Amino acid sequence: MKKSGVPFNGTKEQEKQLLDVIEELRDTPGCLMPIMQKAQEIYDYLPYEVQKIISDELGVPMEKVYGVATFYAQFNLNPKGTYKISVCLGTACYVKGSGPILEELEKQLGIHDGECTNDGLFSLDTCRCVGACGLAPVLLVNDDVYGRVTVEQVAEILNKYR
Amino acid sequence: MKTLEELRAIREKMEGILQVRLADSENATSTDNCRYHVLVCGGTGCTSSDSQAIIDNLEAELKEQGIEKEVAIVKTGCHGLCAVGPIVVVYPGGTFYTRVTPEDAKEIVDEHLKNGNRVERLVYTETNEGTEAIKKAYRETTFYKKQHRIALRNCGVINPEKIEEYIGTRGYEALGKVLTTMSPDEVIQTILDSGLRGRGGAGFPTGLKWKFASGNRGNVQKFVCCNADEGDPGAFMDRSVLEGDPHVVFEAMAIAGYAIGSNQGYIYVRAEYPIAVERLQIALKQAREYGLLGKDIFGTGFDFDIDLRLGAGAFVCGEETALMTSIEGNRGEPRPRPPFPAVKGLFGQPTILNNVETWANIPQIILNGPEWFASMGTEKSKGTKVFALGGKINHTGLVEIPMGTPLRTVIEEIGGGIPNGKKFKAAQTGGPSGGCIPAEHFDIPIDYDNLISIGSMMGSGGLIVMDEDNCMVDIAKFFLQFTVDESCGKCTPCRVGTKRMLEILDKITAGKGTMQDLDELEELAYYIKDNALCGLGQTAPNPVLSTLRYFKDEYIAHIEEKRCPAGVCKALTSFYIDAEKCKGCTLCARNCPVDAIEGSVKVPHVIDKEKCIKCGTCMDNCKFGAISKR
Amino acid sequence: MGNVTLKINNVEVSAPEGSTILEAARLAHIEIPTLCFLKEINEIGACRMCVVEVKGARTLVTACVYPVSEGMEVFTNTPKVISSRKKTLELLLSVHNRDCLACVRSGNCELQQLCKDLGVEDSGRYDGEKPETKIDDSAAHMVRDNSKCILCRRCVAACEKTQGIGVIGANNRGFKTYIGSAFDLPLADTSCVSCGQCIAVCPTGAIYEKDFTDQVLEVISDPEKYVVVQTAPAVRAALAEEFGAPIGTNAEGKMAAALRRIGFDKVFDTNFAADLTIMEEAHEFLDRVQNGGKLPLITSCSPGWVKFCEHYYPDMTENLSSCKSPQQMFGAITKSYFAEKMRIPKDKIVVVSVMPCTAKKFEIGREDQAGAGLADVDIALTTRELARLIKKVGIKYNELPNEEFDNPLGEYTGAGVIFGATGGVMEAALRTAVETLTGEELKELNFTDVRGTEGIKEATYHVADMDVKVAVASGLGNARTLLDKVKNGEAEYHFIEIMGCPGGCVNGGGQPQVPGYVRNTVDVRKLRASVLYDLDEHATIRKSHENPEIKKLYDEYLGKPGSEKAHHLLHTTYVKRVVNQDLED
Ligand SMILES: Cc1cc2nc3c(=O)[nH]c(=O)nc-3n(C[C@H](O)[C@H](O)[C@H](O)COP(=O)(O)O)c2cc1C
Ligand code: SF4
Ligand code: SF4
Ligand code: SF4
Ligand code: SF4
Ligand code: SF4
Ligand code: SF4
Ligand code: SF4
Ligand code: SF4
Ligand code: FES
Ligand code: FES
Ligand code: FES
Repeated sequence: MKKSGVPFNGTKEQEKQLLDVIEELRDTPGCLMPIMQKAQEIYDYLPYEVQKIISDELGVPMEKVYGVATFYAQFNLNPKGTYKISVCLGTACYVKGSGPILEELEKQLGIHDGECTNDGLFSLDTCRCVGACGLAPVLLVNDDVYGRVTVEQVAEILNKYR
Repeated sequence: MKTLEELRAIREKMEGILQVRLADSENATSTDNCRYHVLVCGGTGCTSSDSQAIIDNLEAELKEQGIEKEVAIVKTGCHGLCAVGPIVVVYPGGTFYTRVTPEDAKEIVDEHLKNGNRVERLVYTETNEGTEAIKKAYRETTFYKKQHRIALRNCGVINPEKIEEYIGTRGYEALGKVLTTMSPDEVIQTILDSGLRGRGGAGFPTGLKWKFASGNRGNVQKFVCCNADEGDPGAFMDRSVLEGDPHVVFEAMAIAGYAIGSNQGYIYVRAEYPIAVERLQIALKQAREYGLLGKDIFGTGFDFDIDLRLGAGAFVCGEETALMTSIEGNRGEPRPRPPFPAVKGLFGQPTILNNVETWANIPQIILNGPEWFASMGTEKSKGTKVFALGGKINHTGLVEIPMGTPLRTVIEEIGGGIPNGKKFKAAQTGGPSGGCIPAEHFDIPIDYDNLISIGSMMGSGGLIVMDEDNCMVDIAKFFLQFTVDESCGKCTPCRVGTKRMLEILDKITAGKGTMQDLDELEELAYYIKDNALCGLGQTAPNPVLSTLRYFKDEYIAHIEEKRCPAGVCKALTSFYIDAEKCKGCTLCARNCPVDAIEGSVKVPHVIDKEKCIKCGTCMDNCKFGAISKR
Repeated sequence: MGNVTLKINNVEVSAPEGSTILEAARLAHIEIPTLCFLKEINEIGACRMCVVEVKGARTLVTACVYPVSEGMEVFTNTPKVISSRKKTLELLLSVHNRDCLACVRSGNCELQQLCKDLGVEDSGRYDGEKPETKIDDSAAHMVRDNSKCILCRRCVAACEKTQGIGVIGANNRGFKTYIGSAFDLPLADTSCVSCGQCIAVCPTGAIYEKDFTDQVLEVISDPEKYVVVQTAPAVRAALAEEFGAPIGTNAEGKMAAALRRIGFDKVFDTNFAADLTIMEEAHEFLDRVQNGGKLPLITSCSPGWVKFCEHYYPDMTENLSSCKSPQQMFGAITKSYFAEKMRIPKDKIVVVSVMPCTAKKFEIGREDQAGAGLADVDIALTTRELARLIKKVGIKYNELPNEEFDNPLGEYTGAGVIFGATGGVMEAALRTAVETLTGEELKELNFTDVRGTEGIKEATYHVADMDVKVAVASGLGNARTLLDKVKNGEAEYHFIEIMGCPGGCVNGGGQPQVPGYVRNTVDVRKLRASVLYDLDEHATIRKSHENPEIKKLYDEYLGKPGSEKAHHLLHTTYVKRVVNQDLED
């Protein structure tokens, strides 16, 4: 198959880390997901090349790995932005107006939910309740939590990272 | 640790230290020679509003002042009132500081910890609707006073990263008691007698579940699982227990392991709870070091260990069979039952699965006896229940109340009522599986069976309050959108059926619905309930059915009058300028993103409905209240 | 285990403990419709077609997986049950490309049948958004069209569980769930072995073989072409099913008659080449035994298995017999020996094969399969395509007389015909090898130890002072189990027969599709195999080396088995493949 999309930039060190993880966990029952989670920690996402290593090493069909990767929201098949924005659409936040905040972000970044800006700076996702409902509506930029966000603050927040 | 004596020694030492935090008395003392215990919340909410910096600043300041030995800084789990976080409580006395910033640290040290004067401006003021604002000690606030904390008893009291503090509150004593003085069957009988029902949603009697899995002890591999996947959007009870009191879950699971004959536990925890995961990891390490997990616990020959597994963002994995399928390393798709997990569960072996809050009750039941537990609550719902109050309510947060507490008490007293003088419309319980409790049932005593009888359910404890500004059709749509997103896609009724229901709701909220659509909606809803494979699909229609039951008039308004009474559904809402009130200040026109407002200075403005995208900016900007939405 | 008594529609039924409601209902002569259920491999309760009411149950339950219990009361006939099933169908239809008129499965589609049986009135009742789908026709043998897929996952179970391959599976979740391969790789770029077991179990037209019937008609109508057809042993065991006959009906005579009427110039039999394969393979086996060659020798007549071996056991390709499959041997001989004998230029000859197999479509394009300098076989059809061709041309199959194959390549022995069932090649080879080794005539020709539909069979025969250990596996999942044992040194054999499809070619991926509810109740493999064993039992000649036409072929043309000429025409080489390809830059 021909390569497509973003080129894969995995390093030898990353590969070694992954192989070590696989070695350590391979005899643990149900090790596939923990290995994939670690792989994502190492590479940030799970492209073909990474899933191939997992499939080859574990002797598990790659389709199975892919099926798992596409089932769970946490696994990414595409790289994320340097700054991962996540808007909480949990009940509390929704009721307090996180919908308009998402719209504003989409407008300002020119991307939709699940996408990454062309310069690789921001990616935009939604999530369900990060457990900070008291601060609703909430949005996250990487590990920074912004609470009681208003539509007006969106530009200001984005500028912090530009 | 090989003996109960060792455990007791630690407990006795710690009890002296912890006593200062267990009451709000000004005279309480601690045996660690600290004049003050300063509890800083390290829960997710407060951490995200910078509570770690408060701790750092407090410590630095104390050091600077040279009194670091006289004050203990304790990082606790969530106190439940995250909305006013970061929270700092100072003992003795239970001074309750809220919305503390890192910059406030100095003042707290200077004024309070050195000079013994409260920093008044930081002290929590109750905001109950209609009552005077008063400042009270931590446990005296209406928010805490009406609560009865069993599952949450250690949350906000101990440092969850120190196993000794847990032991100091009689931690692991129940495990010791069970292993040395009770037979496995006695343990199960105790849980049965307590009347404890699962707190994860369905309310299945916990003892019965254990009993089903108890056969053939010692001859088959069995597993004990903890459901810490807490997927209900807007609920965080389990997160708080894990963050604030992780050992209680281990202890309870080990007790269950002894009861059913299992030596391996799994905790399936949401990956979106990084703090909880970290605390669990720390706690696991400590428990193993202390020999409270692992081989030959208390020298009784009983082995039990626990493995953590992280979920990966799939709500359906809260369903028991999906959870197990996920631990096995697969797509988290539910399996048909029977066979039930008690017979054939994780890796095909007999397995019990309980919710975090359920587990958190177990050690207390063992220590205080089943009668103690059964004395609380209603006839068929014993004990307490933790709720996550959210939505349009003053005290958003976590509360634990005895079963049977009326909804009104929860909302008006503990929750402090609805903000801005708005009217209560409904409370939503049970999340995407549940339904609404309308105003007519405001006095209903909350328990499993009552909620079912009015078409809602307990669920895991999400309680979202809605006022007159919430559109019930929109709320139903929100929950259904959630289940459509989270459906695993395995079975036809849920995969396709819920999507079709959502499309009908979309149609209605877009003003294109017909009365026939309502029949279709209902027909599909009952069909899905009867035919879906797992609980997700079987309960997905509940929010729709329950809003149809209590708020049919709102649906009809959307359909027949093409009107959204709460003004939420954009397609059906228009903005108007009241010419009487408009002063012609032009502010709205200048802020309208699409230039939909016309008018010149000092002349009443007009909105061009064709152009208006209903963003609401003008209404927020008008200082004269001239713009309204219909 | 004892029996339990329950009531179904108020009729008392006694069923073995542990049975499902579906099984118990059958005992009461009530058929509950199913879609996703395949006994033992796909018991997932996903489609919800089989719902019934059980007294006291909170919801409807799925009969396919729900166990019966004492005193249970089941209702399969209530309005709620019927309307639920109907609604399930209507919802499936709302995401289905309802193009029955142009669908290969129309007429034997399980979905279509259920819609008819349950009386779906408005197929567009729940129309709404449909998930986007693509067609994958990259593979040589088949097409996947998810617009017809109902997500029953029977194909996934066949590929992953039965075949141990798992190149297709469920991706995404919820409404967006679809069956596909990793990263949506075209099937041709995966380790799919072309076995077609996924097609065999699919209830709808979502997976089908590539159809070459029009190409066949084209060459037949071309006066420049001399079109020869060969039919594999297993085809005759199943073709009649396409014309309404019960499973296990012998179609040999009518098939030959039909082929002649379609217009083939010669109607030959792959069985002839099966006998030829035995000659070569038995020789190869004896040669390896006597001269210390690589053992165990593993048969190579199943292209599904061969491709599997190349992907998953590349270091064992040396164990594969170098013999081409009968289909290819047949083509090579037709374009050499037969062409010369008939004085027809070989490039005028078109060899068409009719096979129970989809992997044969892949095999004809493999490397090193051109013994006479031209592709050995030009077009490979499946049994289903032949049936379609017969219908297309308008032949009244059921009224046809029984006719014979043409000579010389239509002559076969009992040994050749049992190739179509698992163990058949082994048995045929043993008949020849044992007689060659001992030089004595065999008293007992039936090697019953290697017969039967069991996944793995083993036997040891004492032949001329040697204990010959043999094993037979069918279905690639079983092949894996067996090979792993060999690799780990847990078992040692001299000779192994492996067939890609469970039960062998009688149950090949190109055979008539048998609906789930039949597959779940009768052993199709056994019924079809009985046709072949019957033919063997009644054959006058039952050993390959006694086939007079084969003798003649060696006398006149090839010399001895294993001769240089034989090698050139009848043997091939293998390639090493990987499971997961590297991406190209
Ligand atoms: C779709 C779905 C999601 C669920 N999510 C959770 C959850 O997040 N946490 C939980 O404890 N139980 C959840 N449950 C309930 C569990 O299946 C199970 O009943 C429970 O964990 C058993 O523990 P308990 O008896 O202690 O309540 C969920 C059920 C369904 C059907
Ligand atoms: S009801 Fe929904 S979540 Fe449950 S198995 Fe069916 S599709 Fe999956
Ligand atoms: S609602 Fe928005 S778009 Fe409409 S008039 Fe007001 S500011 Fe302009
Ligand atoms: S902001 Fe209010 S007062 Fe000013 S022009 Fe607009 S409607 Fe009139
Ligand atoms: S798969 Fe069946 S229902 Fe669908 S178009 Fe083909 S014949 Fe019709
Ligand atoms: S069934 Fe009716 S509509 Fe369909 S092809 Fe036949 S005649 Fe035409
Ligand atoms: S042809 Fe065989 S290997 Fe290929 S997808 Fe189908 S079942 Fe799997
Ligand atoms: S392709 Fe066929 S067998 Fe596979 S899931 Fe779809 S309908 Fe079922
Ligand atoms: S067993 Fe027969 S039908 Fe199956 S792949 Fe092999 S040759 Fe083809
Ligand atoms: S709903 Fe947004 S943080 Fe809980
Ligand atoms: S996180 Fe601090 S009170 Fe909840
Ligand atoms: S659920 Fe029983 S046949 Fe599909």
